[in-house]
Amino acid sequence: MENLLSIITFLPMLGAAILIVFLRGNDDYAQRNAKILALVTTAATFVISAVALIAEFDPSNTDFQLVEKREWLAGLTYKMGVDGISVLFVMLTTFLMPIVIGACWTVTTRVKEYMVLFLILESLMIAVFCSLDLVLFYVVFEAGLIPMFLIVGIWGGKDRVYASFKFFLYTLLGSVLMLVAMIVMWMEAGTTDIPTLLNHEFSFSNMSVLGISITGGLQTLLFLAFFASFAVKMPMWPVHTWLPDAHVQAPTAGSVVLASILLKMGGYGFLRFSLPMFPVGTEVMATFVMTLSVIAIIYTSLVALVQKDMKKLIAYSSVAHMGFVTMGIFALNKQGLDGAIYQMISHGFIAGALFLAVGVIYERMHTREIDAYGGLVIRMPAYALVFMFFTMANVGLPGTSGFVGEFLTLVGAFKANTWIAFGATSGVILSAAYALWLYRRVVFGDMIKESLKTITDLDAREYMMIVPLVIMTILLGVYPALVLDIIGPSVDALLENVTSAQAAAHAALAQN
Amino acid sequence: METILLFAPLVGSLICGFGHKFIGERAAMAVSTGMLFLSALLSWAIFLTFNGHDEVIPLFRWVESGTLSTDWAIRIDRLTAVMLVVINTVSALVHLYSWGYMKNDPQWKEGESYNPRFFAYLSFFTFAMLMLVTSDNLLQMFFGWEGVGVASYLLIGFYYRKPTAGAAAMKAFIVNRVGDFGFALGIFGLFYLTDSINFSEVLDPHNAKELSQQTIHFLNWDMNALEVITMLLFIGAMGKSAQLFLHTWLPDAMEGPTPVSALIHAATMVTAGVFMVCRLSPLLEYAEFTPNFIIFIGATTAFFAATIGLVQNDIKRVIAYSTCSQLGYMFVAAGVGAYGVAMFHLFTHAFFKAMLFLGAGSVITAMHHEQDMRNYGNLRKKIPLTFAAMMIGTLAITGVGIPLTSIGFAGFLSKDAIIESAFAGGDGVARYAFWMLVFAAAMTSFYSWRLIFMTFYGKERGDPHTHEHAHESPWTMTVPLAVLALGATFSGVIWYGDFFGHHYQEWFGASIYENHDTNHVIHDAHGVASWVKVSPFIAMVLGFLLAYIMYILKPTAPAALAKQQRFLYAFLLNKWYFDELYDLIFVKPAKALGTFLWKKGDGTVIDGTINGIAMGIIPWITRLAGRAQSGYVYHYAFAIFIGLVAIIAWFAIGGSAH
Repeated sequence: MENLLSIITFLPMLGAAILIVFLRGNDDYAQRNAKILALVTTAATFVISAVALIAEFDPSNTDFQLVEKREWLAGLTYKMGVDGISVLFVMLTTFLMPIVIGACWTVTTRVKEYMVLFLILESLMIAVFCSLDLVLFYVVFEAGLIPMFLIVGIWGGKDRVYASFKFFLYTLLGSVLMLVAMIVMWMEAGTTDIPTLLNHEFSFSNMSVLGISITGGLQTLLFLAFFASFAVKMPMWPVHTWLPDAHVQAPTAGSVVLASILLKMGGYGFLRFSLPMFPVGTEVMATFVMTLSVIAIIYTSLVALVQKDMKKLIAYSSVAHMGFVTMGIFALNKQGLDGAIYQMISHGFIAGALFLAVGVIYERMHTREIDAYGGLVIRMPAYALVFMFFTMANVGLPGTSGFVGEFLTLVGAFKANTWIAFGATSGVILSAAYALWLYRRVVFGDMIKESLKTITDLDAREYMMIVPLVIMTILLGVYPALVLDIIGPSVDALLENVTSAQAAAHAALAQN
Repeated sequence: METILLFAPLVGSLICGFGHKFIGERAAMAVSTGMLFLSALLSWAIFLTFNGHDEVIPLFRWVESGTLSTDWAIRIDRLTAVMLVVINTVSALVHLYSWGYMKNDPQWKEGESYNPRFFAYLSFFTFAMLMLVTSDNLLQMFFGWEGVGVASYLLIGFYYRKPTAGAAAMKAFIVNRVGDFGFALGIFGLFYLTDSINFSEVLDPHNAKELSQQTIHFLNWDMNALEVITMLLFIGAMGKSAQLFLHTWLPDAMEGPTPVSALIHAATMVTAGVFMVCRLSPLLEYAEFTPNFIIFIGATTAFFAATIGLVQNDIKRVIAYSTCSQLGYMFVAAGVGAYGVAMFHLFTHAFFKAMLFLGAGSVITAMHHEQDMRNYGNLRKKIPLTFAAMMIGTLAITGVGIPLTSIGFAGFLSKDAIIESAFAGGDGVARYAFWMLVFAAAMTSFYSWRLIFMTFYGKERGDPHTHEHAHESPWTMTVPLAVLALGATFSGVIWYGDFFGHHYQEWFGASIYENHDTNHVIHDAHGVASWVKVSPFIAMVLGFLLAYIMYILKPTAPAALAKQQRFLYAFLLNKWYFDELYDLIFVKPAKALGTFLWKKGDGTVIDGTINGIAMGIIPWITRLAGRAQSGYVYHYAFAIFIGLVAIIAWFAIGGSAH
C-alpha cells in the first residue's frame, strides 16, 4: 500500500464529505446517524492506523517510512511520512478520536456540523504529524486552528466568543513569525522538503541585528521564530493564558482534543524542526527554554491551587505538565527526549480522561464550580474510583504512565542542570496538593447539597470512553517498552544529529 | 513461590474490590484474607529456610532509556526476608481482625457496603509494601514507596464523610511527597553519577567508596557526591517514617480505622524508611556527615515525640507518638552503623506496636467508639483478654526484662541493644543520642503505663451507659491479639542471637555491608559498661513509678501539674505547634502566592500586555465577533474547509493515479 498514510489521513475527511453531501434534516434520527457515521469513521481510521503501525512500521529504521510524494500546486509538493517520533502521535490521535466522538453523544445542537468539524480536525491533526513538506505542514498546522476555533465559538460556554478569539489570535500571531522563518529557510536552502532541510546546515556565524550581536546568527533567529509559534501551542509560560479560557469555554469533546492532541503539536514541532534544523540555535536557547519550563511548572501549579473552576484547574495543570515536556526536550539528552515524548503521549490519555471526568458531572449538574460539589463518592462510587485513578496518574504515581514521562524528563534535566531539576521536582509536591485538594472537595465529604442527591453514576457510554484510557494508562505505566522501543531509535538518531552538528559548529567557530 | 507470595495480595485485592458484587461480600473478604494468610505462610517458609544466598528473580522490563535500565524484579535476601515476615504476618492478622472490628461500623449508614473496599485497600497496601521490600533497584522501590502512600491515603480517608479524615489523608500524602522530593532527587543524582540505579551496581562497596571521593556540582555548590546523595535519599526516609519536621502527618493519620493504624502506621509502612537506610548501608558506610545527621534526627525525634505522648488523651494518638518515637530509636541504630540492631527493633516493634494498636481498637469497640482515655477507667475486668494483651504490649515496649541478661520481653532486648549501640557509637552526636534515648525510654514507660492506668484502672469515667455495655471483642479480634502477644513476648529472645549476636554478620550475609575499617559498633556495644546496660532499665522503672504515683496513688496530680505548668502543658498538648507553624510558613503563603500569580500575573501583567498589543486591532476583532454570532464567520470558515478538503484530496488521490 503506497498511499497508506493518505488513506489514514483523509478517511475522516471522507466521512465528513459524506455527512455534508448525504445527510439531510435535523431530527433525532439524522442526528443519531451523523454520530454513528462519525464514530464508525474514526474507529475505522484507528484500526487502519493500528494495522499500519504493526504491519508496516519498522521502529529500528530511523528514516521516514511509508513515504508518499506527489507534485502539488505551483511547484509545491505533497509529501507524507512518519518516523519513530511522529508515528505514535498519529496513533494517539486515531486512538482518541472515537472517544472524543463518544463524548459528543449528548450534544443536540447542529450535530451534523459538529461531527463534520471533528472529522476534519482529525484529518488535519494527522496531517500535521505526517507532513514532510514545510508548506504542507504550515497549511495543516494553521488550518487546524479553524475547526477548533469554531468548536469553541459555536458549541462553547457563555464567554465562548472571547475565549475563541483569544485562542485564535494568540496562536495565529505566533504562526506569522513561523511563516516568515519558513520563507527564509526556503530562500536559504532552496527547498521545502523536510528530510532535505534536516540535513541542511543553516548559518550559525554570529550576526548583528540593529546593533545587537546574536550568538548563533541565523539559526538563533529561525529558532526564535519557530519558538514563538510552538511556545504558544504548548503552551509555555508566559503565553499560556489562552489555554485556561479556551478550556473553560470549550465543550467537553473540544477540551479533550485540545488537551490531548493539539497541545502536542508544539512539542512535536520542537522535535521535528527546532532541534534538528537549528542545533546551534537550540544550544544557545536551551537554558532559557528550560528556565521558562520550570517557571511554568511552579507558577501554574501554584495558580492551579487556588482555582474555583474544575476545568481551569486541570487546564493549569496541563500547562505544568507541558513544562516537563519542554524541559525534557531542551535537556538535550536521551532520557530527557524519551521522557518528553512519553510525557506527551501519557498526558494525552490522562488529561483527556480528566476532562471527560469533568464532563461527566458537568452534563449532570451544569456547573464546573468546585464548591457546587462534595460527597460524590456516596452516589457515584465508580466515578470516584476513576477520578481517583486519573488524579493519581496526573500527579505522576509510579505504575501509571504519568510517572514514566515525569521521571525520565527529570532524570534528563538533572544531567543538564541541577537547579532546573530541583525546581521541577518541587512541582511533584505542588501537583499532589492541587490535585488532591480538588478531589477532596469534589468527591470526599458528606453529600449535603440537595441538588446532588439524585446524581447518577457512570453509564455504559461513559464506561466505554474511560476504560480504554484506564487500560492505556496502566499499560504504559507498567510496560513502557511499548512506547520506548518505538521512539528509542529515532530519538537516538535525532540526538546524534544534534550533538554532532553542535560539535561541528563548535569546531568551525573555533577555527575562525 | 516468591512470585505467588508477591502477587497473591494484589489478586486478592482485585477480586475483593471488583468481584464482590458477583461473589458476595463475605466471599470477597474471605478471598483477600485467605490470600494474605497464604502470603504469610510462604513468608515464614522463606524466612526460616533462607540459606544466605541472595537471589534475584527478574519479572519483566520496566523503564529503559539509554543507559537507564530497570526491571521489575524480586530480590530475596535476609533484609527482604525479615520484612516479608513482618509485613505479611501483621497484614494477615489485621485482615482477620478487621472482620470483627469493621462489622457494624457506626460511620456508615444502613445498607452501605464498605467492607470489600476496606479489604481491597488493605490487600493493595500489602502488595505495594511487598514491591517496596523486594525491589532490586531504586525505581521499583520508589514504586512501592508511593504505592503504599496511596494506599495509606485511601485508608486514612476511608471514612470519607468526615472532613477531618479527608484533610488528614491529603496531609499524609503531601507531606510524604515532600520526602519523595528528596528521594527522587537522590535517584536522579545517583543515576547521574553512577549511570545506574540497580542495587547490584549502586550498592557495590567499591562504587560507594569511589562516590565518597567524588564531588558533585549540586545547585550552586561543589559538594561531596556521596553525602549529597545519601542526604537526599534520607529525606525520603524521613517523610515515610515520620521523623522530625516531616512527622506532622502521622498523628493525623489516626483518622483512619484502627486496623489501618496497626498495619500501616505502626508495623510496616512507617518502617520503610528504616528499611531503606539499612538497604543503603554500603553508601552510608562511606559517608560521614549523613550518618551523623541520621543519628541526630532519630534521637531528637525519639525524644520529641515522647514528650508529646506524655500528655495526649486520645488513646490512638498516644500510640502514634510512641511509634514516631520508636522509629527514632531505629534510625539512631542505623546511623551509628548497627543496621542489624535497627532491623531487630523494627522486627520486634512490629509485633508489640501492632498489638497495642489492635488492643486499643478492641478497647475502642468495647467503649462504642470512644477514643478519649479520660472517659475510660477500670476496664480490666470487663475486657480481660484485651487487658492481658495490652499489658504484654506495654511490658514489651517499655522494655521489661532481667537486666544484664538476654531474657525479657521483645522490646527489652531490641531497645536496649539500640541504646548500647548508641553508646558504643562514640562521643559526639552518638553520645547525645544515647542520653536522648535514655530519657525517651523513661518517657515511653511513663506514657505507656499512663495509658494502661487510665484505661484499665481507677474509676469508671465518662458515660456510665457505655461502661455498662462494655464487652469483650469477638474471636476474630482476640486471636490476632494472642498471636501478636506471642511475638511481643518471645521474638526478642528467640532472634536476639541472629540480629545482634556474634554471628549476626553471617546471618545477614551481603544484605548489610559494614566497613570494618571504621565500623565496630556492634562488637563494642556488647562490651559497654554495666551502668550503660542497666540505664534504660532504670529509666523504665522510674517512668513506671511516676505513672503509678500520678495515676493510681494521686489521681489529682496530673491536673494540678498541668495547671501549674500551663505553658509547658499547652506546648506539649499542641504538639510543639508544628501544625500552626507550617500553616503559617507554607500553606498560607502558597495559597496567597497562587492567588497573586493568578490575578496579577496572569490577569494584569500577561493578559494586560497582550490586550494592549491587541488594542490596535480591536475594532477588527469586534467586527468579526459580531459576524461570528450572526453565523457569517461560520459560513466563511466552512467554505475554506470544503475548499481545502477538495484541493488536498484531489492531489492525494488524483496524484496516485499517475
